[in-house]
Amino acid sequence: MKVNVTVNGTVYEREVQPRTLLAYFLRENCGLTGTHVGCDTSSCGCCVVVVDGGRAVKSCSMFAAQADGHEILTVEGLASGGTLHPLQQGFWDQHGLQCGYCTPGMMLTSYALLKQNANPSEAEIREGLAGNLCRCTGYQNIVKAVQQAAGKMREAVSAGR
Amino acid sequence: MSTQPAGGHALGVAMKRKEDPRFLHGKGRYVDDLSFPGMLYLALVRSPYPHAEIRNIDIVEAMKVPGVKAVITGKDLEAAGLGWLPTFHGFDKQMVLAIGKVLFQYQEVAAVFADTREAAADGAEAVQVDYAPLPVVADPFTSKADKVLLRPDREQKTNHIFHWEVGDKDATARALASSPKRIKQRIWFQRCHPAPLEPCGCVAYFDTMGRLQFHVTSQAPHVYRTALALVTGIPEDKIHVISPDIGGGFGNKVPVYPGYVCAIVGGLKIGRPVKWIETRTENLTSTGFARDYHMDVEIGATEEGRVTALHVATTADHGAFDAAADPSKYPAGIFGIVTGSYTFPVAHAEVDAYFTNKAPGGIAYRCSFRVTEASYAIERGMDILADELGIDAAELRRRNFIKKEQFPYPSALGFTYDSGDYHTTLDTALERIGYKALLKEQADKRARGELMGIGLSSFTEVVGAGPSKHFDILGIKMFDSAEIRIHPTGAGIVRAGTKSQGQGHETTWAQIVAEELGLDPQTIMVEEGDTDTAPYGLGTYASRSTPTAGAAIAMAARRIRDKARKIAAHLLEVSDADVEWKDYKFQVKGVPSKTVTMKEVAFAAYTNMAQNEPGLEATFYYDPPNMTYPNGVYVAVVDVDRETGEVKVRRFVAVDDCGTIINPMVVEGQIHGGLTEGFAIAFMQEIQYDAEGNNLNTNFTDYLIPTSLETPHWETDKTVTPSPHHPIGAKGVGESPNVGSPAAFVNAVIDALSPLGVRHIDMPITRDKVWRAIHEARRG
Repeated sequence: MKVNVTVNGTVYEREVQPRTLLAYFLRENCGLTGTHVGCDTSSCGCCVVVVDGGRAVKSCSMFAAQADGHEILTVEGLASGGTLHPLQQGFWDQHGLQCGYCTPGMMLTSYALLKQNANPSEAEIREGLAGNLCRCTGYQNIVKAVQQAAGKMREAVSAGR
Repeated sequence: MSTQPAGGHALGVAMKRKEDPRFLHGKGRYVDDLSFPGMLYLALVRSPYPHAEIRNIDIVEAMKVPGVKAVITGKDLEAAGLGWLPTFHGFDKQMVLAIGKVLFQYQEVAAVFADTREAAADGAEAVQVDYAPLPVVADPFTSKADKVLLRPDREQKTNHIFHWEVGDKDATARALASSPKRIKQRIWFQRCHPAPLEPCGCVAYFDTMGRLQFHVTSQAPHVYRTALALVTGIPEDKIHVISPDIGGGFGNKVPVYPGYVCAIVGGLKIGRPVKWIETRTENLTSTGFARDYHMDVEIGATEEGRVTALHVATTADHGAFDAAADPSKYPAGIFGIVTGSYTFPVAHAEVDAYFTNKAPGGIAYRCSFRVTEASYAIERGMDILADELGIDAAELRRRNFIKKEQFPYPSALGFTYDSGDYHTTLDTALERIGYKALLKEQADKRARGELMGIGLSSFTEVVGAGPSKHFDILGIKMFDSAEIRIHPTGAGIVRAGTKSQGQGHETTWAQIVAEELGLDPQTIMVEEGDTDTAPYGLGTYASRSTPTAGAAIAMAARRIRDKARKIAAHLLEVSDADVEWKDYKFQVKGVPSKTVTMKEVAFAAYTNMAQNEPGLEATFYYDPPNMTYPNGVYVAVVDVDRETGEVKVRRFVAVDDCGTIINPMVVEGQIHGGLTEGFAIAFMQEIQYDAEGNNLNTNFTDYLIPTSLETPHWETDKTVTPSPHHPIGAKGVGESPNVGSPAAFVNAVIDALSPLGVRHIDMPITRDKVWRAIHEARRG
């Protein structure tokens, strides 16, 4: 079957099997390998993408067919031009990543979280990230990274940027 | 948090990681991200039975599945002389694909190659295997009786794999018998799994020159190259192993797995690239598990709490094949570190290992070969002794610590501890946690019947394997290596035989070079994991990278500095002897105004080298003179809910001594991560098998990884006693928190429950186990 999915602003029209998962569609049909797969049970969150601007979705739990006509944001679409997104900058500054495998999913879940709550508390961040597993960092620096990003994004809003 | 190095000084700086941008942009290159024209996918057929005879394998239906190109079985591999794979420490071999029978549930039985991932999976479903179930041996104690012989393929007709022992058995027995106080406890370190988020996988193909190009999730690419040459007969120059970015390893990516061999065989047979990526279930059920040591710990002491003797007898469950990746002279790893941080005058440790119908492994999960098991045994034992003697757990440790002035300290079991200041480390930890106030709070709470516990662990590790006279894998000595090239502009490249899986080598290795040579670490590129370019090394596991390759990098840099001094003398128009290295520059002795920088010397090395050999590069193979001994004191504070059995870790302080710190931000990150894995092992994780040999923890809904919600907040601190024999004094840190923390958590829970008479609970300490212990204590 044919699907028409907008990923990071680019339209991908592709022939897929009905059983093709969005995660594999992104990785294999669109060549966007920043979306990772770490489990078979939608437990790990390595594959999280943002759907239609604000909803964090585990792309292994959605068929490519269900994404037909929708807009997807993946890690490859976070930076604008040469500038890192505040979340990317936060993860870098606060050592919020080690092996990097969970990082795209972490950042996209955080992206959706900050859309809903521009000034989350530590507890709210920890709750918001509870569907994303990390084996390396112990989450503490990830929380700091999201806090830094939230602060920078609020500053940018109040400066009218 | 992070800063940038300035003025040449790079060691000890919390420099932001150089490798991060590609990961932040989603441009990391993990094995599953690789794709080659005509690439096939491999899926494995696995056994549903833990022990069964294979009567027949029918591949007819599988070959009819659209897209399936080939199916191979154990018989095909056996005919090609590839039926069995030697395990890394050389005592055993394992089947690549089952031959005649299966020995554990999820064992590899057949390999299906197809055009797409989906077709390969469909093909694997269609393979028909006729099994005849055999009696199952699901634990080492049953195995011991030899009623069912699991491995008739071996010469020795027994399930007993080995007996290993160290220390003075008779003197230990005598000392224990004459000790006024003795404790004895069976302590099980349960079977667990490293479960890195990226599963294992590979892509194999033969290029137009007939060379095997093998991209693989390997923590030890050079060892893979040599092992593949030995197993397959392909000349070693025709094998190129590349470890690209690795999504966590933790020991899981040290062994060579059957899927890798099948991918290579498929690539050769079909003439197309083959990709194999295991699923999470395959990862948890068939690749290297860890621990599974049943340890009988016995400690003798005087009335005053001076330890007199230690005996530990261990029954080890190794699964179907002995695939523990231990150095060849150490079948039980470095378990002899079990005397810990204490001055035991005499000790004896022994391990007996057995086959069972479980997955093979026994790998060093974020651990220097069984050091975690040893550390847990002694740290639990010391707490049980403290309880028996009625002495405060911190005070008992203080009385028995090796003193600062006793280093280098020869332990009763043959190690020479390099350095440490255990008393200061303990004091730092107790002060940070507010120990006295906590004891007061605990006394008040106990009076009210509330359950609060304080748990200590004051561990010593032994890492950095290792000196060539003791340590080898498949005969290859466990040195490591570095090659540094400084380019004309003062930028450079360092290559090492190690392989980062998230540890941050691309940053920390550059910092060592920058510190030694006064160059900018931002312009020192680090490359690892490519056997065509990197010098031979044994890889990254067992906290060995900084003790071995880190040392090799410093030594190679010093070789470069020696050569650079000659060129500097030429530039400064003085003799070599009149040049000194000071403040990251060459200077004419006693004339601070006459200097040249390494950058200037680098340019001259290619443009104006006078009579010196052109170029500026060096290689160093480092054979460590001793192991390093990172140590630390961890304190956990827990509150236990009497009604539900829920344990809440209220605070956790970790004081680590890893010697010289290269990058404090990276060190802290390693500690946070290791503590989280220790927390998981203490409270959540176990690979359980039922009595019929069924694996009960086959995915992340049953094998739990802590989330951001459960994970405690970590507080870290340090003492620094540099290793006297390491070129920069560093000891390694990646594993300390995983080695040291399980005992702190368990000791805290048992301390909370001790007023009820609870003496020990085996990990994982689930709510259910705590609730039962409380209720049994009430009834009893």
